[in-house]
Amino acid sequence: MPNVMIRKAEGKMTLYVPKRDLEDEIASIEFESDDKWGGEITLADGSSYYLDPIPMPSLPKTVRVRRAKEGI
Amino acid sequence: MSEMSREEVEALISEVLEVYPEKAKKDRAKHLTPNDPELTQSKKCITSNKKSLPGVMTIRGCAYAGSKGVVWGPIKDMIHISHGPVGCGQYSRAGRRNYYIGTTGVNTFVTMNFTTDFQEKDIVFGGDKKLAKMIDEIETLFPLNKGVSIQSECPIGLIGDDIEAVAKAKTKEHGKTVVPVRCEGFRGVSQSLGHHIANDAVRDWVLGARDDDDSFETTDYDVAIIGDYNIGGDAWSSRILLEEMGLRVVAQWSGDGTISEIELTPKVKLNLVHCYRSMNYISRHMEEKYGIPWMEYNFFGPTKTVESLRAIAAQFDETIQAKCEEVIAKYKPEWDAVIAKYRPRLEGKRVMLYIGGLRPRHVIGSYEDLGMEVVGTGYEFGHNDDYDRTLPEMGNATLLYDDVTGYEFEEFVKRVKPDLIGSGIKEKYIFQKMGVPFRQMHSWDYSGPYHGFDGFAIFAKDMDMTLNNPCWDKLEAPWKKTEEKAEEAAVAANS
Repeated sequence: MPNVMIRKAEGKMTLYVPKRDLEDEIASIEFESDDKWGGEITLADGSSYYLDPIPMPSLPKTVRVRRAKEGI
Repeated sequence: MSEMSREEVEALISEVLEVYPEKAKKDRAKHLTPNDPELTQSKKCITSNKKSLPGVMTIRGCAYAGSKGVVWGPIKDMIHISHGPVGCGQYSRAGRRNYYIGTTGVNTFVTMNFTTDFQEKDIVFGGDKKLAKMIDEIETLFPLNKGVSIQSECPIGLIGDDIEAVAKAKTKEHGKTVVPVRCEGFRGVSQSLGHHIANDAVRDWVLGARDDDDSFETTDYDVAIIGDYNIGGDAWSSRILLEEMGLRVVAQWSGDGTISEIELTPKVKLNLVHCYRSMNYISRHMEEKYGIPWMEYNFFGPTKTVESLRAIAAQFDETIQAKCEEVIAKYKPEWDAVIAKYRPRLEGKRVMLYIGGLRPRHVIGSYEDLGMEVVGTGYEFGHNDDYDRTLPEMGNATLLYDDVTGYEFEEFVKRVKPDLIGSGIKEKYIFQKMGVPFRQMHSWDYSGPYHGFDGFAIFAKDMDMTLNNPCWDKLEAPWKKTEEKAEEAAVAANS
């Protein structure tokens, strides 16, 4: 259950995992509506995380996610 | 090493690793690689931020060095207590040349060493009382201090002293900020974790101090310089450029910085991050909590400085952008003259770097502006994200080395034969005795500043002074010189 920070930089959304020094572009987010945001988050490098859907936060935001599958 | 192909570099690495036992070889191989500028993610080619192998000569420091020496130490109006035995503080004091303005011992304290000087009885009975007494003495002897930070050395964590309780009690008693920093040296694999711990301590104990106080008058052009430690005056030569552009520099973190500047940083409009490695944590925190955007910039060498100035100006309105162009136009003749003078003397020389923090990638621009080529670079304590940023800066198949050992570095130098090495003081005399010109790039070899346009002139002069020093031809004893060389010398002497 890593703590990650989701931020927007130059129009792209990135996910930063401090413990792993990993900062990568988010390729897709499962739910993107205002009141339900999150679900499976896939990064550009193919790894994916799962975030329990929350209302759309203002970015950047630190959230707790689960590793969806071992892809890294 | 542009002349060396990827295969040759790989062969060189495996040849150098040959002497290690099997297990060590396997581990070290992950830290050495030829560069591939096409890769966007460094984890595909290099491993970093891992524990050094026992038995090899590493050049890393400890968490205490990262916190007291790098992040907290330069804050000039605070007193930084090295809490524990006397050595850690004494052997790290004043070594980093963080310049500052003030009267040392009266209202500024950077180069002084404050320590609780632990003895056996403090280990046995705990050192909290001694610490409390010391903070009281500091209040009596140095009443103009604006706060105290307690930098833990290893024993504090081992014996489990409650420095947080002391800090809270003394904050109440004296009405000044007292910050406990849990930066015991044994934490983490290098000084890098010390930076992180120090950032977290700033976040938890200092940063929010003026959250409910709007008395500070802000402007739309407020910025903070984050991660510039004013080595040899670096932050000053950066600051004047920003100020000439029309920006107001509210805070310098932490070279020549004060605690009130740090408390005011949440009021700025933009954080400018120079040393990403040591201060990205606090920048990310401020972005989340206060909504302050941050950007990295690079003030080494005119090309990169101009790029950075324009990128910074682009964050503001047209008046700043116009002034930015004026600044660039004003300094252009200066740096053109520097390049015209030194480039012919330095053109084509090859450099190997092995430093820490931001420099292994940031100074490349300075060398390239002088026509020099960086053929190998590496970080002492970099993480993956540092290497991500380094890969595109370096040429194809140039050597990258992470936490390089003394032995590996020497062997690489023997084979790659660079004209100049830039690394730390512990490497300096080894390489000078091998006959290779050397610059100590941690504190600019007692020179500096190197940032900005003013700094570039000093940088160019220093590199020329080192590389073209006549002493490098005199290293071979006269009787060992071959006849050819003697003839050459005779011809040269006659002409």
